[in-house]
Amino acid sequence: MSKFELNRRSLLKSSAAGLLGLSAAGLPRLASAAGLTVGIVYVGPRDDFGWNQAHAVAAAALKEVPGVTVVEEENVPETIAVQKSMESMINLDGAGLIFATSFGYYKPFVLDLAAKYPDVQFRHAAPLWTDADPKNAGSYFGYLDQAHYVDGVAAGLSTTTNKLGFVAAKPIGTVLRNINSFLLGARKVNPDVTLQVIFTGEWSMPVREAEAANALVDAGCDVLTCHVDGPKVVIETAESRGIKCCGHNASQAPLAPKGFITGAEYKWATIYKMFANDLAEGKTLPNFTGGGFDVDFVQSTPYGAGATEAAIAAADAARADVKAGKPIFTGPINKQDGTPLLGAGESLDNYDPSLDQTDYLIEGVIGSIT
Amino acid sequence: MVDVTKADRLAAGQGNALAETLDRFRRSSEFVIMPILALIVSGLLFSVFLLALGKSPADFFSLVWRGGFGTSFSWQNTLVRSSPLIFTALCVAIPARLGLVIIGGEGALVLGGFAAAAIAIPMIPWAPALLLLPVMALAAMIAGGIWIGLVGALRHYRGVNETIASLLLFYIAVSILNFFVEGALRDPSDPNKPSTMPIGRDNMIGAIPGTDVHWGLVFGILLCAALYLLMNRTTFGFAARITGGNLRAAQAQGLPVGRLMVISCAIAGACAGLAGFFEVTAIHGKANASLIAGYGFTGILVSFLARHNPLVIVPVAIFLGGIAASGGLVQRRMDLPDATVLVLQGLIFVVLLVSETFYGRLPFFRPRGDL
Repeated sequence: MSKFELNRRSLLKSSAAGLLGLSAAGLPRLASAAGLTVGIVYVGPRDDFGWNQAHAVAAAALKEVPGVTVVEEENVPETIAVQKSMESMINLDGAGLIFATSFGYYKPFVLDLAAKYPDVQFRHAAPLWTDADPKNAGSYFGYLDQAHYVDGVAAGLSTTTNKLGFVAAKPIGTVLRNINSFLLGARKVNPDVTLQVIFTGEWSMPVREAEAANALVDAGCDVLTCHVDGPKVVIETAESRGIKCCGHNASQAPLAPKGFITGAEYKWATIYKMFANDLAEGKTLPNFTGGGFDVDFVQSTPYGAGATEAAIAAADAARADVKAGKPIFTGPINKQDGTPLLGAGESLDNYDPSLDQTDYLIEGVIGSIT
Repeated sequence: MVDVTKADRLAAGQGNALAETLDRFRRSSEFVIMPILALIVSGLLFSVFLLALGKSPADFFSLVWRGGFGTSFSWQNTLVRSSPLIFTALCVAIPARLGLVIIGGEGALVLGGFAAAAIAIPMIPWAPALLLLPVMALAAMIAGGIWIGLVGALRHYRGVNETIASLLLFYIAVSILNFFVEGALRDPSDPNKPSTMPIGRDNMIGAIPGTDVHWGLVFGILLCAALYLLMNRTTFGFAARITGGNLRAAQAQGLPVGRLMVISCAIAGACAGLAGFFEVTAIHGKANASLIAGYGFTGILVSFLARHNPLVIVPVAIFLGGIAASGGLVQRRMDLPDATVLVLQGLIFVVLLVSETFYGRLPFFRPRGDL
C-alpha cells in the first residue's frame, strides 16, 4: 500500500499532518467483538447499471465479511432526508460506519452529523474532505480515468471510422479528465482517432443521453462511451444502432451482448472491506483514500463480444502499465485550443494534483466545454 | 343546517338538550370516523400487497411506528419532514377554497428559496441575522406570491387552466434557478454542485431548543391557524368560499372574483415561498437543485387528505412525514424497495378520495328527526 500512501500525500500535500488520519475521535463504539453495522446511502436506485449499482455491488460484497451487518437505503435525495436517514441508521440500527455515496450529501449533512456523532465514522465518495473537517469524517475516491484510458486503448483498436463518441454529463474536472484519458488511450494505439463529446448538462437525463448517443452515431462514431450516472441508455442505444461501446461506473455488459468491449468500473468493495477490517482490528480509518488500478480501487469490466483479440491484448498491456505507474499523460499533448499542455518527453504522474483541477479538453477532442 | 334541525325538533316537541348534543356530535363525527375508516381500509389493502410480496404486515406497521413515531429521534425525524409539507399544502388548500386546483407549489418553493438566497448575497457582509432573515423571508414570499399569483391572474383574465399553468410554471421556475445557480450567482468554490454563495452558519435558523426540529414547524403551525381564521372567520374568506361554491353566483353578488383569485393565489404562493425560505435558511444554507425535492407535490396530497382545511393540514402533514421518516427503516429492515411507502401513500390517497363519495350516504351519520 505504499503507493496509496504516496497518493494521499500528493493529493493533499498542504495538510500532510492531517493526512495521517490521526483521528481524535477514538474508536467507533461498535468496532468491538459485538460486530460492526455499516450504513450505506444511495441517491438513486441500486440497480441503475451505474454509480449507485457500483456501490450496491460493493455493499453486497461487504455483507460477506463476518461480523459485518450492512443496512442500505436507496433513492435518498440530497436534502434533510439524507441527514435523517443516516441518523436513523445510527440511532435505530446502531451503525458505526456510514458510507454516503452522493456528492451533495457531504455539505452540510455529513459534516453536521460527524460533529454531532463523534463516535461514528463517516466516509463520503468524493474527494472533498479537508483537514478543517471533523476527523471522524473522510473521503474515498477511485481514479476512474485510469480505467477509461484502458477502455480508450481497446476502443482505438475497435473503430473503423476513427471516430469515437463520448456522452458526458457536466463539464467538471472528473468528467473532463475521463474524456482526456479515454482519448489518450485511443491515440496511443491509433493516432488518427478523434473523440466527439456531447455534454447533457445533467447527471441523469435519459432522454438527452439517448439523443446525444444517436447524434454521435449519426456523425459516424462507431464506438461510444459515457460519463453519466446511469450509462444504461447510452449503452443500449449503441447496441441497437449496431456499434460497439465501453461502459462506465458499473458493469453494463448484459445490456450489449454484441457490441460491449469493456468498461471502466469502480471497485468500491476494496475500500469498503478495507475500512470494515480496519475498524474490526481497532485501527483508525484514513481521512482521505484514493487510488486506481494499483490499489484495486478501479477495475475493467470483463471483455464482451465486441472486444477483438488485438484490443484485448493491447488493453491488458495498458492496464499492466498503468498499474505499474506508467503515466497516462505523456507529452507531447496539446490542449484543444492548441496551447501545449505537455512538451515532448514531459509527463504527469497518474496522481498529479493538477489533474484533479482539469478544466480543459485535449487536442483531438471535438466538442466544447461551454 | 343546525337551526333547521333544531326547529324541526322543537316542532316535534323533542328539544332535549342532551340528545341534541349527542346527535350533533354523532353527525359531525363523520369527518373524523370516515378518514379513520379509510386509513384502516387502505392499511388492509396494503397488507394484502405485502402478503403478496411474502412480507409480514405486522412487521411493516411496527416498523412504521418505530421509524416514524416510536422514539424521540423518530418524532424529530417526522416533524422535520412534515415542516415543508405544511407550507406547500397551504399552497394547495387556499386556492382550493375558491375551486382552483394549484399543483405547481413546488415552483413557488424553488423560486422562494432562490429569491431568499439571492437577496442575501449582497447583504451578508454587513447585515445582522435579525435584519437579514426577515428580508429573506419577505423576498421568498414575494417571489412565491408573484409566481402563483400569476397563475390566478392568468386564470381570471385569460381563462388559462390554473392546474396546467401552475405545473408548467414549475418547470420555468426550475430553469430560472438553474440559470442563475449555474451562471451569474454561482459560488466558484463549489465546482461540482452548482449553488449560490452560502449564507453562513451564523445567519441560519436554528433548531427548537432540545430538538433537531427547526423553527419552520412552529411558523407553519401558526400560519395554518392564521389562514384558518382568514378563510373561516373573515369576510375575505367568506367571499372566497362563495366564489368556490358558485363562481357565477359570486359574480352576480358583485364579489370581486378576480381580485379574490389573484390574492388567494398570491397568499398560497407566499406560503410555498416560505417553505423554500426555510429550506435555505434552516437546512441547506444556500440555494441549489436540492430545493427541488418534491415537497410541493407531496403537499398536494396533504391538502387533499386534509380536505383543504388549514387546521387539519398539520396532523396530516405529520402523519405523512412519519410515513416518509419510517420509509428508510422499512427499506433497511424488510429489504423492500423504497417505493413501498409510496405505494402505501398512494393507496391511502385513493381510498380517501373514494371515501369522500360516501359522505352523507351512510345512515349512521344522517340527521334523525325521529330521535
